[in-house]
Amino acid sequence: MFFQNNLIRNKHFLKNIIFILFFFSPNISFASGDAISYPKNDWSFSGIMGTYDRASQQRGLQVYKEVCSGCHGLRLIAYRNLKALGYNDDEVKAFAAENSVKDINDDGETIERPARPSDKFVSPYPNDLAARAGNGGAYPPDLSLIIKSRSGGADYIHALLTGYKDAPSNKNVPDGMYFNSYYQGNLIGMPQPLYEDGVTYADGTKATPAQMAKDVATFLAWASEPELEDRKRIGISVICFLLVLTILSYFAMRQIWAPIKSRAKKTS
Amino acid sequence: MSKPKFKNPVVKWIDYRLPIFTFMDHELNHYPTPKNLNYFWNFGSLAGIALVTMIITGIVLSMNYTPHVDYAFDSVERIMRDVNHGWLIRYIHMNGASFFFIVVFIHIFRGLYYGSYKAPRELLWILGVLILLLMMATSFMGYVLPWGQMSFWGATVITNLFSAIPVVGESIVTWLWGGFSIDNSTLNRFFSLHFVLPFVIVGVVILHLVALHRFGSNNPIGIDVKGTQDTLPFHPYYTIKDLFGLGVFLTLFAAAVFFFPNFMGHPDNYIEANPMVTPAHIVPEWYFLPFYAILRAIPDKLGGVLFMFGSIGVLFILPWLDRSPIRSSQFRPIFKVFFWILVLDCILLGYLGAMPAEGIYVILSRIATAYYFFHFLILFPLLPYIEKTKPLPISISQPVLSGSDTASSKATREKK
Repeated sequence: MFFQNNLIRNKHFLKNIIFILFFFSPNISFASGDAISYPKNDWSFSGIMGTYDRASQQRGLQVYKEVCSGCHGLRLIAYRNLKALGYNDDEVKAFAAENSVKDINDDGETIERPARPSDKFVSPYPNDLAARAGNGGAYPPDLSLIIKSRSGGADYIHALLTGYKDAPSNKNVPDGMYFNSYYQGNLIGMPQPLYEDGVTYADGTKATPAQMAKDVATFLAWASEPELEDRKRIGISVICFLLVLTILSYFAMRQIWAPIKSRAKKTS
Repeated sequence: MSKPKFKNPVVKWIDYRLPIFTFMDHELNHYPTPKNLNYFWNFGSLAGIALVTMIITGIVLSMNYTPHVDYAFDSVERIMRDVNHGWLIRYIHMNGASFFFIVVFIHIFRGLYYGSYKAPRELLWILGVLILLLMMATSFMGYVLPWGQMSFWGATVITNLFSAIPVVGESIVTWLWGGFSIDNSTLNRFFSLHFVLPFVIVGVVILHLVALHRFGSNNPIGIDVKGTQDTLPFHPYYTIKDLFGLGVFLTLFAAAVFFFPNFMGHPDNYIEANPMVTPAHIVPEWYFLPFYAILRAIPDKLGGVLFMFGSIGVLFILPWLDRSPIRSSQFRPIFKVFFWILVLDCILLGYLGAMPAEGIYVILSRIATAYYFFHFLILFPLLPYIEKTKPLPISISQPVLSGSDTASSKATREKK
């Protein structure tokens, strides 16, 4: 019964492969190790079928524009990309035109012109040094990849934006620093950005800090991963295709091997 | 060897002058393969497919990538955002590296378990270890190219290892960098080498296959093929089995690419490289973690570097360290137990490589490192003198050794 024996062993080995494959998973999350854990939110874009909540994205853009963009850039996103949020060409054009960019005209002179949809988001500071100088030495990071470049992702941003608390009495908070329960070391250079009704939402949603944090995190998640919806949609078709291929090849294999296995059974 | 009959006149005409079709027919179609191979023998072909996937996606990426410190990070983001399906190509390449290593690690442990490195397959094994070394160099340099924080600081840590070499260390580091710090010239040469090394790997893989086809695959019971009754033609038996394995592999791979593309990466690499800001923890990619743990386990810098390279080095001389003539662990009860201890030891080293080098982690990594070298340098040569091995079967087709207690009792068990 050599092949039967082999088959039993194979099952055992397959289990081992799966074990080895998945053993690495805790490893990796340890690698990005963080002592602080963030409250988990229910994001529209999480899960294998997740998509961005358009209304939340649009509100998030408003929060970014009215609150964040004073200090934080979004240099990898072009105004034309906003069409993905459900805006039409004219709306994008108008949104872009509110900003001005430096350019060179046909006579070679430096000019300022209204931004076009093909331009990238205009950063609030001309360079990193100016950004630092304008913020007491603390550099306000560009937000284009903020969700991908922080462990915890959107949950981290949400927690940080709503994590401002009065400092405990034993914690000394120097001038120009603020206490935030979710920031590494608890002292952050960014003052609390979100207050009740800090923005007035066009769609009438109540602008609580938690709501604004959620909306801006959704918007920034899109800025970090604009391909997410395409990726998950294509992924589902690819996996379905591969599963069918794998199942068919399994039965083809069984059929091809059947005479060999029955012969082996007879001889042993 | 019977001459294959080709029906197509063009094929016939070409094959008469250039016997490429005869060669393929011989090596891919009739190629006699032991009939008892289990699923662990799928990982060789999977590794080959992973290599081809990496080369194809890599060539496409290089068409859109700019190897310059000022543009590298942004050019990768342009691939992710503006190049049609650039995100797909890049995520396949990024996760492909991890899956390539998963497949190759399983392939190597399979070789260890079934004694595939033993005579007459020593060169086959050595070429394989050489491929592993080349893969490590290639993936290390590839990780530098996106020019994120971990790219930069990982490169800093690894290139600085060479400064541990006495007398000429510092000069070697300057030579590697092409300057006095990691800068544009470093990025340029890493890009150049990252592009060319995969083709060197292809060359060594071809030699690996030539060596493999000289004696054919080893098999789970590790005894030589005695005749045609022990083998099957590669096609269709193993082509279909490899296809099934490929399906399983691609499904897992696609799940990572489409649903968890950044799971095996580090978030810091989405921050552009900044020589003025050091990340809190510099961690290499997961497949380097066991080696990184060995490096840090040794309190001396040069010692650490020597032990780290030594951990691969012992693999080169493995065929001569293991004195047992029996290949498969199935007939080596003690060796088998130690094999699994080695697997756990390597996983433990990987875990410790991801932990900060302090307290209990340092002690554990020293123990794990000591075990790793004990396993290869002491256990392998000495075990054959104390181990009582099980009787070997007569042949692959007659796995039961008549007259032997263990074998016959096993046979009765199986008949039930």
